[in-house]
Amino acid sequence: MKEFFKLVGKEFRHIFRDRRTMLIVLVMPVVQIVLFGFAISTDIHQARVDIVGDIQDFQVRKIAERIDNSQYFDVVSEYRSVTSVDDRFRKGKADVAICFEQDFSKKLETENTALIRIIGDGSEPNSAQMIANYAMGIIHEGTRELTPTVEYVYNPMMKSSYNFVPGVMGLILMLICSMMTAISIVREKEKGTMELLLVSPVRPLWIIVSKALPYMTLSAVNLVTILLLSRYVMSVPIRGSLLLIALVSLVFILTSLALGLLISTIASTQRVAMLISGMGLMMPTMIFSGIIFPCESMPVVLQYLSDIIPAKWYIILIKKIMIEGVGMTYIVKELSILLFMVFVLFWTSIKLFRTRL
Amino acid sequence: MESGHIIEIRGLTKKFGTFTAVDHISFEVGKGEIFGFLGANGAGKTTAMKILCGLSKPTSGEGKVAGFSINGEQEKIKRHIGYMSQKFSLYADLKVWENIRLFGGIYGLKRKVIAERTDAIIQSLGMQDWKDSLVGSIPQGWKQKLAFSIAMIHEPQIVFLDEPTGGVDPETRRKFWEMIYEASDRGITIFVTTHYMDEAEYCDRVSIMVDGQIVAVDSPKVLKEKYAAENMDVVFRTLARGSIRQ
Repeated sequence: MKEFFKLVGKEFRHIFRDRRTMLIVLVMPVVQIVLFGFAISTDIHQARVDIVGDIQDFQVRKIAERIDNSQYFDVVSEYRSVTSVDDRFRKGKADVAICFEQDFSKKLETENTALIRIIGDGSEPNSAQMIANYAMGIIHEGTRELTPTVEYVYNPMMKSSYNFVPGVMGLILMLICSMMTAISIVREKEKGTMELLLVSPVRPLWIIVSKALPYMTLSAVNLVTILLLSRYVMSVPIRGSLLLIALVSLVFILTSLALGLLISTIASTQRVAMLISGMGLMMPTMIFSGIIFPCESMPVVLQYLSDIIPAKWYIILIKKIMIEGVGMTYIVKELSILLFMVFVLFWTSIKLFRTRL
Repeated sequence: MESGHIIEIRGLTKKFGTFTAVDHISFEVGKGEIFGFLGANGAGKTTAMKILCGLSKPTSGEGKVAGFSINGEQEKIKRHIGYMSQKFSLYADLKVWENIRLFGGIYGLKRKVIAERTDAIIQSLGMQDWKDSLVGSIPQGWKQKLAFSIAMIHEPQIVFLDEPTGGVDPETRRKFWEMIYEASDRGITIFVTTHYMDEAEYCDRVSIMVDGQIVAVDSPKVLKEKYAAENMDVVFRTLARGSIRQ
């Protein structure tokens, strides 16, 4: 055991001595959170509005004018059939459609309310939500009785709110645990020091664990940084239990470590390890995990493909715990999937590590 | 050991699928001997050496290294051998004394013992001025000496040297062999692979491997007489001529 701690100490020394890398690792989550957080524009500027309904109707025209007059919106077209909305969105000619029911004015007079519906283009979830909120505000302001129903096409659940915090968590943990572990193992293979460790009495398993431990510590630091930043700077709520977040993160960290180990057995040079983890892990994680594009608006084939990305499940879990505040019983499925992945990955990579020795 | 042999190998074979990397080799090495393990690249040297170091298991055959079986006592073998790789690998981003202390620690030496040996190594190598330098910044020749000393920090019975003089100048090589002789005088067995045939002359005995088999084991002198060769290079080329793997 003493031998093991010597090795852990040495790994830490490697990390501390490489100041630049350490700084990057510690500062990266801060930069990413701030970047993602503030880069998502909160300004809506002259969004293009389609009015769907009878523009001859007095109340409809009144609301349409009010919307058009606002600095946020431009009414670009009027038509009667809701079925055209899809086509308009697809061609990129409109950002939002506001639909009024038949005999709008009459209904409003007799029943004191009428149906109004805002359809947003969910493929750009952040701005769609913003636009809908603004439109709702304008409508509500003018005519108190009206409460529009809002719906989004392409991404009906609008799952991208607060998307970036869980997303960045997934990305950072993945990056540090997989890439850094893989590189540090491959570096030892490349420099020939791995041989020295292997001929020593320290067991191979402990060598690997000693490599993983420092990066686990670093990721824990990052996890705390991200959570603090998102809670107090970005005001993202943490509704669920912190303990559960920690547990889920630990499982994901293990998954990433296993992936890193797997990469280290395949790659023979640090450069290859970096490429594999960059192209093989970071890219799919970025694309499929819903950080940039919501998975729901992807073609079905890609959605299935995204299922094999561990980060996707971690991000779902974190969203559920953090944003929705659910407990253990609601996350059993996702957690089981992640645990299953850990098991398979570790089994494969340890088997490979042994044979490649 | 009953026979005074520190390494005894009988019918050692290692197969990878249908490929036989090491094919029924047998030899022994006496205590304190400098044993040269020669062979062209791909002859099976490295594979055989990995088994002797306890890094992999033989497909068949048996043998003892430092008194422990190569079938199942790998962990014990590892405690009693030292190993220096081709690149004299040490951690470039650790200081000289940190490297020494690290390997002392890995071999489970006590803190006090490590401190003593660290001083002893730095003293005997005359590296006082380099003590706090990062290993990456010291010249190759010093690195090589340091790596050799570190390989012996736990006072092993055998030191395995895998092409220990690759990429260094003749003068440094000569000095390094002086260190090998010193270690041998202290009773440490040296098991060395090399492809410099002039170095083979420095060994007490050598074995020559061709296509996974040992085709000759004897002292350089006897081998030269036997093949009527003026040096080991000629002996080696005579023996390796029939190689299929080359």
